[in-house]
Amino acid sequence: MKFDTPAGINPIDRMAVVGKPHDRVDGARKVTGTAPYAYERHDVVPDALYGFILGAAIAKGRITGIDTAHAQAMPGVRAIVTYQNAGKLTLGSKNTAKLLAGPEVEHYHQAVALVVADSFEKARAAAAAIHVDYGRAAGHFDLAAAAKSAKSDGGEDEDGSKSPPIDRIGDFAGAFAAAPVTLDATYTTPDEAHAMMEPFATTAAWTGDALTVWTANQMIAWTREDLATTLGLPKDKVRVDSPFVGGGFGGKLFLRADAVLAALGAKATGRPVKIAMQRPLMFNNSTHRPATIQRIRLGADRSGKLTAIAHECTSGNLPGGSPETATDQTKLLYAAPNRLTAQHLAVLDLPEGNAMRAPGEASGLMALEIAMDEMAEKLGMDPVEFRIINDTQVDPEKPERPFSQRQLIKCLRDGAATFGWSARDARPGRRRDGDHLIGLGVASAFRNNINFKSAARVRLGRDGVVTVETDMTDIGTGSYTIIAQTAAEMMGVGIDRVVVRLGDSDFPVSAGSGGQWGANSSTSGVYAACVKLREAVAARLGFNAPDPDFIDGHVRSGNRSVALADAAKDGDLVAEDTMSWSGLSRKYQQSTFGAHFVEVAVDAYTGEIRVRRMLAVCAAGRILNPKTARSQVIGAMTMGVGGALMEELVVDKRFGFFVNHDLAGYEVPVHADIPHQEVVFLDEADDKVSPMKAKGVGELGLCGVGAAIANAVYNATGVRIRDYPLTLDKHLDWLPTV
Amino acid sequence: MRAFTYERATSAAGAAAAVAHHAGAKFLGGGTNLLDLMKLEIETPTHLVDIQDLKLDQIEATHDGGLRIGAFVSNTTLSANPRVRRDYAVLTRAIQAGASGQLRNKATTAGNLLQRTRCPYFYDTNQPCNKRTPGSGCAAIGGYSRQLAVIGTSDTCIATYPGDMAVALRALDATVETVDATGATRVIPIADFHRLPGATPEIDTVLNHGELITAVTLPKPVGGAHIYRKVRDRASYAFALVSVAAVVQPDGSGRVAFGGVAPKPWRSAAADAAIPHGAAAVVEQAFAGARPTHDNSFKLTLAKRTLAAAMAQVRTA
Amino acid sequence: MAITGASDARTVPPAPPVATMPVSLEINGRRHDLRLDPRTTLLDTLRDHLHLTGTKKGCDHGQCGACTVIVNGQRINSCLSLALQHDSDKVTTIEGLGQPDHLHPMQAAFVKHDGFQCGYCTPGQICSAVAVLAEIKAGIPSHVSPDLAALMHPTNAELRERMSGNICRCGAYSNIVEAIADVAGAVA
Repeated sequence: MKFDTPAGINPIDRMAVVGKPHDRVDGARKVTGTAPYAYERHDVVPDALYGFILGAAIAKGRITGIDTAHAQAMPGVRAIVTYQNAGKLTLGSKNTAKLLAGPEVEHYHQAVALVVADSFEKARAAAAAIHVDYGRAAGHFDLAAAAKSAKSDGGEDEDGSKSPPIDRIGDFAGAFAAAPVTLDATYTTPDEAHAMMEPFATTAAWTGDALTVWTANQMIAWTREDLATTLGLPKDKVRVDSPFVGGGFGGKLFLRADAVLAALGAKATGRPVKIAMQRPLMFNNSTHRPATIQRIRLGADRSGKLTAIAHECTSGNLPGGSPETATDQTKLLYAAPNRLTAQHLAVLDLPEGNAMRAPGEASGLMALEIAMDEMAEKLGMDPVEFRIINDTQVDPEKPERPFSQRQLIKCLRDGAATFGWSARDARPGRRRDGDHLIGLGVASAFRNNINFKSAARVRLGRDGVVTVETDMTDIGTGSYTIIAQTAAEMMGVGIDRVVVRLGDSDFPVSAGSGGQWGANSSTSGVYAACVKLREAVAARLGFNAPDPDFIDGHVRSGNRSVALADAAKDGDLVAEDTMSWSGLSRKYQQSTFGAHFVEVAVDAYTGEIRVRRMLAVCAAGRILNPKTARSQVIGAMTMGVGGALMEELVVDKRFGFFVNHDLAGYEVPVHADIPHQEVVFLDEADDKVSPMKAKGVGELGLCGVGAAIANAVYNATGVRIRDYPLTLDKHLDWLPTV
Repeated sequence: MRAFTYERATSAAGAAAAVAHHAGAKFLGGGTNLLDLMKLEIETPTHLVDIQDLKLDQIEATHDGGLRIGAFVSNTTLSANPRVRRDYAVLTRAIQAGASGQLRNKATTAGNLLQRTRCPYFYDTNQPCNKRTPGSGCAAIGGYSRQLAVIGTSDTCIATYPGDMAVALRALDATVETVDATGATRVIPIADFHRLPGATPEIDTVLNHGELITAVTLPKPVGGAHIYRKVRDRASYAFALVSVAAVVQPDGSGRVAFGGVAPKPWRSAAADAAIPHGAAAVVEQAFAGARPTHDNSFKLTLAKRTLAAAMAQVRTA
Repeated sequence: MAITGASDARTVPPAPPVATMPVSLEINGRRHDLRLDPRTTLLDTLRDHLHLTGTKKGCDHGQCGACTVIVNGQRINSCLSLALQHDSDKVTTIEGLGQPDHLHPMQAAFVKHDGFQCGYCTPGQICSAVAVLAEIKAGIPSHVSPDLAALMHPTNAELRERMSGNICRCGAYSNIVEAIADVAGAVA
């Protein structure tokens, strides 16, 4: 099915099941620990050997020798895989750095060897007994230093994850020079880690020349293809299965070392092998959200109308890597006739930078939305009103392109009312609660809507049970539940009559989980397959009417009503289809919007910052399940607290690695950091995006949170911090004397 | 983790002997720090002597009105003890400010004293670290040192003692009781228990190989207001940037120890004497001769402000 | 694709085998007699030897809480404990609290309040939550308890502090605390 015209009325609009706050259909399995994750597949692989990965001890250079003799002689060791015996490995299309080093080392903790042994304990001990000699090479590890030689980078692509190198509309320089009120400020965001709770993990087994990996992955088809490429196998000889994934946030979008090495270890030993990457290796071995240096210039007239916006971003990556597209939202968020956005990419020899939840916007809004706060203050305007008067209902670069739906103003207004924004004192440092300085902050949230082709297979069984199969993944996002709701709605059955099977490359290829495209795209694929199944059911039952109703387990037209299950009494009915998109995203700018409101308390003595209240108001099309969607948003808000207040991969600029590479050193928020969180969804249905009329929320919830916190901290203290994370040492010297 | 043999000792002197007679042996208490380090081969004992059966899990009153805490008493048990809560509240507060509920249930009194630094370079066996590998150098000097020590350091090591409990024990003038393989016992004032790195940063404490901590004793209660104030980036489950253990008397005199700033809990008589003159005076005394790095010089300001917060808390208590 | 032994492996005499040791554990009411490599943690014993994979390995270093189990009534990180340290101990894991067709009230509350997303930290959160309510009942103080002499109550601040050893990167904290408060009969 091709989605190329706005959706009309369709069965989803009944919203008897879709749109309801159903408990997760996989909930009971997750709360009892019976949902099997990649390392736990005793059910299908009872006899796996244990793999343990050794990471490179240098950031850049060459391996000049590997002595495995002692390790090989240790008890229980079955095989040791290094570049010397792994055979030819081809770089996957989605990987920048190789997944097994040798002889070149491209980054710290790049995998150098895999030990396979009878037990985890033996594999770990043997890995430590491998002696590797290196020839260290000089590298570039300091973004600020490398920024001077950074090149312009970018290019358009369909999914909106890239932008042109330098984008000019009107005359920015002239307008900025002429503007009576201007801001020119530079903001920095640090490297960040996904730090999902389940490490990279794979169980691999060969049957003849065919490989199966049970792995933790967000994008089954990408990973199947890149695993086949890497190992030089035909794609049809590789099966990838990820029914449960313990978080990803972009970290598991791609093929990673665990899957490749488990496959190699299983080949070497003739036995299945399982690997869970040790936590201290994960931060440097894998991808991360790259640090940015962002310069923002704003010019406005005295009424507060923006006349000029410029946003330039510099990030770094390994040769061949991509920039952090932190200027994307600036092209679309606020009106102004004169605009400039540019991104620059420096070569760094740090681990590979890549997508982390809301790549681009998360970092970009951390900067832009502080700038908007600073500008509002310069103009003497309320920051909510300043944003509202600079709203646009069309793509500011292409005014002939309206937004499919844009309720940013309502998000801001409703949020301000709900949060009690009017209590904010615009003069910073005025509100106290005992020893705490209290501040309120706001930021706009923006994240593009992306649709990806997505297929599904739907089967009606004799028992009337509807089974959905698609390689879509549920990484905590609620895919199982919203897909079950979609199929139940389409086929007119209760959600308990739907079985959803996900994450297996034997199933039709879905959009996968990433870029907040998963919910809308994958349920649209299920919708398409269900439309076909409805046609097959109607034909089987001899309905001549064009579109009978499917309600309460029956198919009805006029006064004829037949039990749905009757359609399958002579055999299962199966339908498969793919939803693809064409045209509408060029005609209409499709985005999601929101507003974040935050109250912080800053300890007047110590400068410690704690978040007291958080509210997000989101406008993201139809909300397929308010319960799981709300969880996505509060989870994103929580990650936003981390990004604002504590998360930073600290670069050792001498040795070229992230120093704080474990969960004690890389702090993410804990329970005590997070207050009760409020989420409001505006009642929307966007007919330009899909028959589901839904858009994503999982990344929107993160976009702008950091800046809302930073603005609240400024409101509390009067000290403006432009360098994330906002740790107490950055404002301590300017706090009131004690 | 290297292979090791394991035994459960049945007497304290026997445990001491078992370790003393085995060059690579170590005592095993709760294991929350030792096993962590063994997994990374930062610690590589060849034999573990588990002390859980030694009945060192009692808290009892001493004849002079103090409290004797068995080495194996868990952090949770110690912090929840009614007498500790009443008479040594700074200790309860310090323990509860550290780690997590799960870790406090397992971590022991002796083990907590013996926990090793959290310097990230100590934890990464690819990096030079004089504390881990004597003579290899110190990557923290000139590297990432925001969490590390500002005073008591040397040219070989700037690591911080990471714990909270010992900071309170330092303020309370606790003593550490030990036994060795011969059955001989000694009592070590907490002030002398942890050592400064000097030229041998690999040696954290004054204990000899095979010397087993049997108890920590608190002198009789000193009264006063007990405050433990810990500052960290996230609200819980994190090591201190700076912490302050303060016991302040109604007459304004008191004692104060700092955590997160030095290779050992940091206290001085001169600093104590300055308490009536306020936080700035105390910090000036306590941190005279400090050698902070660019990354951690804020700790001096933070120590002053944290102590000021603690003293304000005393005034309102 | 050919894989052989590492190409420059010298011949080194084999290291002696690792001697195993006996240990007896009572897990979820059932006794297990095992012989283990002394290095085996309680966590890996549960997951790899007994296939009780509900208990998760998130960090293996006591930094995340995913491995939380209840031993002799107290929650601990099973990753930082050797199985040998637990001879004769009674261990309760997530599987021992309830099963999908017979959920423990805390498990049911987590489903009702959507106190999880990816589900990986969830068993640890639930084991911790059950133990936290017991700790509050037993009067054990916390970092945020205002008065060490008073009774302890399951307030929002107490629950958040006491649960802080269980990291949830999906960020379900707000819902988790509501689930626990629901079971405790308190308002989060």
